[in-house]
Amino acid sequence: MAVRADLSPARLKISFLQTYLCSETERSARRGHSVGTPREDTPRGHPAAAVRCGGTRRLLSAGAVIGAAAPRYRRARAVGGRQLRGDRRGTPPAVPPPRAPALRSPTNTFTVHRAGEKSRVPAPSGRFSRGIKGEGVISLLRPLLLDVVPTIQQTAALALGRLAYFNDDLAEAVVKEDILPQLVCSLSEQNRFYKKAAAFVLRAVGKHSPQLAQAIVECGALEALVICLEDFDPGVKEGAAWALGYIARHNSELSQAVVDAGAVPLLVLCIQEPEIALKRIAASTLSDISKHSPELAQTVVDAGAIAYLAQMILNPDAKLKCQVLSALSQIAKHSVDLAELVVEAEIFPVVLTCMKDSDEYVKKNGATLIREIAKHSPELSQFIVNAGGVAAVIDCIGSCKGTVRLPGIMMLGYVAAHSENLSMAVIVSKGIPPLCTCLLEEHEDHIKAAAAWALGQIGRHTPEHARAVAETNVLGTLLSMYMDIRSSEDLQLKAKRALKNILQKCTYLPALEPLLHDAPPNIMKHIVGQFSKVLPHDSKARRLFVTSGGLKKVQEIKAEPGSLLQEYINTINNCYPEEVVRYYSPGYSEMLLERVENYQPVL
Amino acid sequence: MAALVRLETRLSRLREEYFLKNRSVDEDRKIVYKAAVKIQSWFRGCRVRAYLRYLNKMAISIQKWWRGYQSRRYFRKMIKTAYFIMKMNFYNEMAVRIQKRWRGYYVRKYTHNYYALKKYLEAISLNNEIVRNELQEYAEMNEKKKKKKDLEKKEKEKKYKARKMHYLLSTEQIAGIYNSPFRKFPDPMELLLRQSKPLSHRQQQPKSPFTYDLYDWPTCKRPPAFPTGEPLPPIGRQKPQGPFRDAAEVLRQRYKPLEPTLRVAASISSPLEKAREEMKREEWRKCIHDNEFLPFSSYHKNEKYELSIHASEKIGKETYGIKHFREVQPNKWIAGKIYLLHHCSSSFSLLIYILFEIHLFRGTVEVEFLYFLKMNCPTR
Repeated sequence: MAVRADLSPARLKISFLQTYLCSETERSARRGHSVGTPREDTPRGHPAAAVRCGGTRRLLSAGAVIGAAAPRYRRARAVGGRQLRGDRRGTPPAVPPPRAPALRSPTNTFTVHRAGEKSRVPAPSGRFSRGIKGEGVISLLRPLLLDVVPTIQQTAALALGRLAYFNDDLAEAVVKEDILPQLVCSLSEQNRFYKKAAAFVLRAVGKHSPQLAQAIVECGALEALVICLEDFDPGVKEGAAWALGYIARHNSELSQAVVDAGAVPLLVLCIQEPEIALKRIAASTLSDISKHSPELAQTVVDAGAIAYLAQMILNPDAKLKCQVLSALSQIAKHSVDLAELVVEAEIFPVVLTCMKDSDEYVKKNGATLIREIAKHSPELSQFIVNAGGVAAVIDCIGSCKGTVRLPGIMMLGYVAAHSENLSMAVIVSKGIPPLCTCLLEEHEDHIKAAAAWALGQIGRHTPEHARAVAETNVLGTLLSMYMDIRSSEDLQLKAKRALKNILQKCTYLPALEPLLHDAPPNIMKHIVGQFSKVLPHDSKARRLFVTSGGLKKVQEIKAEPGSLLQEYINTINNCYPEEVVRYYSPGYSEMLLERVENYQPVL
Repeated sequence: MAALVRLETRLSRLREEYFLKNRSVDEDRKIVYKAAVKIQSWFRGCRVRAYLRYLNKMAISIQKWWRGYQSRRYFRKMIKTAYFIMKMNFYNEMAVRIQKRWRGYYVRKYTHNYYALKKYLEAISLNNEIVRNELQEYAEMNEKKKKKKDLEKKEKEKKYKARKMHYLLSTEQIAGIYNSPFRKFPDPMELLLRQSKPLSHRQQQPKSPFTYDLYDWPTCKRPPAFPTGEPLPPIGRQKPQGPFRDAAEVLRQRYKPLEPTLRVAASISSPLEKAREEMKREEWRKCIHDNEFLPFSSYHKNEKYELSIHASEKIGKETYGIKHFREVQPNKWIAGKIYLLHHCSSSFSLLIYILFEIHLFRGTVEVEFLYFLKMNCPTR
């Protein structure tokens, strides 16, 4: 055994543990005795009984603690576990190593949960678990699931669950070793603690990949889980709902399988239960089910979930609100009818209070819900605007930082995209300054891209809108983003489109002039085009154009003759007298000097 | 005769002349015939030509007139249509003008109403302000609640700490750590200590294993524990000497609840008797009078009304026993009978009359009225 190499430090650690735990031996032995096992009818303190239950306890510890124990103890434990198993079954171990007697001493009994508490290290990583897999822990734990003592079964299931939770190889091993059918069978028969542990195992296995979830579905776990959903104990319901949620999360076929097993009405019943944790899990499961396709969302709606979810928005618990808002937004995102159904449940203006919640994710999910509703049709957007949703979202954007802002930004973009009145409503609600700050402050490119897109949607309708956008001097930022090599392609594309859309309607010349100097040709065309539209009619603007150096810049532009740009330049040049144009054309001073040189003075 | 001569002279030549004439005529006949034919044909032709010309002229005339008529008709029609088109154009123009005005008005008023849009936008800003204010209030309220909760929690913790550390309270002799003699006034902790009740270290109620927070369950942080029964006795206690019974057994026996036998538990009288007695008691308690309720008024026809004592006697002391004590039966008297009869008859007649009358007026007579009268008759 490879363990021999680190035997001595392991032995030291074990002896330390023994002395530490010895102080609790007697008490825990008695407690272990008083825990109801069927064979326990001897009076207290009987050493044989203590050994027996101590033996079982050690086995359990071998299993349960391994997943949770600190890495230094695990190998010793695993080996010790195997030894002890031989001990328990009555066959003597093949080669008892010298430290085995120490472990097998009757005083060294400790209850599982004590050991679990003391030596627990949260979230052991895959590295440790992989090491454990080599020892065949799963095959060790499997027979424990069939043990007579219920506590052992439960703790074994718990151990399996913990192992599978953090490592997908172990989860696959759980599936391969055919543990799942066993679990599923006993899921319907056993007491509620076992059911909870078994649901935990199913959840842990189903969490990693669609294939594992498919394996769970194929061994018939869904029906058993749905039966668990009807149990009286809320903890069992929660475990079952959580497992169903993790299974349904992966893709729409698995979701459909969950729905076909009849889970949705029971989940809707679970939502109405008084326990907050159960409500939370049921809401998240409904959210996972309905996110894949409109038919699944319709199934959830037909079970009457919307009314209960809408009521729960008022609940003060932040995590519950998160889940509920996420569920509603997954339902509403698919089609106009579903969005209208969600709106008819009278979530406005209650949802707006979520935008002021102290928890960031509640704000984010609230903004997501409003976005999903607003994007479908102008009527829904109008409704949201009338309810004051735009103001709430703008405040929310102003008060948050980072990815939390993203749904709010997109919501403003969607609302403004529908019609010019709505866009004007966004402008009037002071929507542009937060978007500009987003554009400037954020580090993530996708948020900047979203802000650029939203600004483009706001400004593209009429010259009024474009002016409102241009007055905030954001066009220069957009241009710089477009020109920046480090911005992602998406950002560049969106910035360019936004810029084009705004420029095609912008008649606010003071904002256009700074852009003349460093715009690339494809943008320059639009800028010059706008100038050529405005200048012929406005003399003050012409003067300003000259004094600000715009005319000079325009002369410097090289355009192919016959192109649109050249036409625009010609139009501009025709607005001015010829001398002025010649004055500002490049190389005029050289030309003058040349004339001076060639001049023959008349005597 | 001369004529005859001349005739005879000419006669010789007659045949020749005749022959010559005939021959010349014959010779000319063809020519003449041809000429005649020519002339005739020419003439006929002329005639026909004239006739044709005439026909032509007539036909032309007819056609002329007919064509003129047709074109005039056509012209009239053309004029009519042209006029009609002109009118329609005019109408169209006017209609366009009206529609132009109307469409402009309608669009400006209903579809793209500038003022309505402006008002709408103002209303939106107002609404936004309201919503913003309300949300601000809501957020502030939440903040306050949270702060209050935190404050309360801190207070609770402080109080608990004070209760635990009650022994740090200062006494007369020894000033506690919070009540240093160099301070002007004691520390607030000292005051808290003074107010708080010492925390006893008696065993708290063992926490039921079913009350752990459900939030822990899904990751099963605490594995299942069966409920433990009574608390364990302290370690190291001296075991009492002797083969005593188990303490639990003794206590069980001592505090066993009473389980009487059926004979002891049941009462002497049978339930039936008890129930009967109960019923009797009820009746005795509830009985107000023994008069049976008779449903129809015909049952009450011959009822005699019994006056109550107060109404039946005169006010004042009873004269019987004081003023007189014997019954008076005037119908047994011998003397004064006729007088009384007369009296009686009149009173009787009066009575009868009244009785009769009363019977007539009201169906069932108020018999008391009758008796009242009777009683109030002059004394017999």
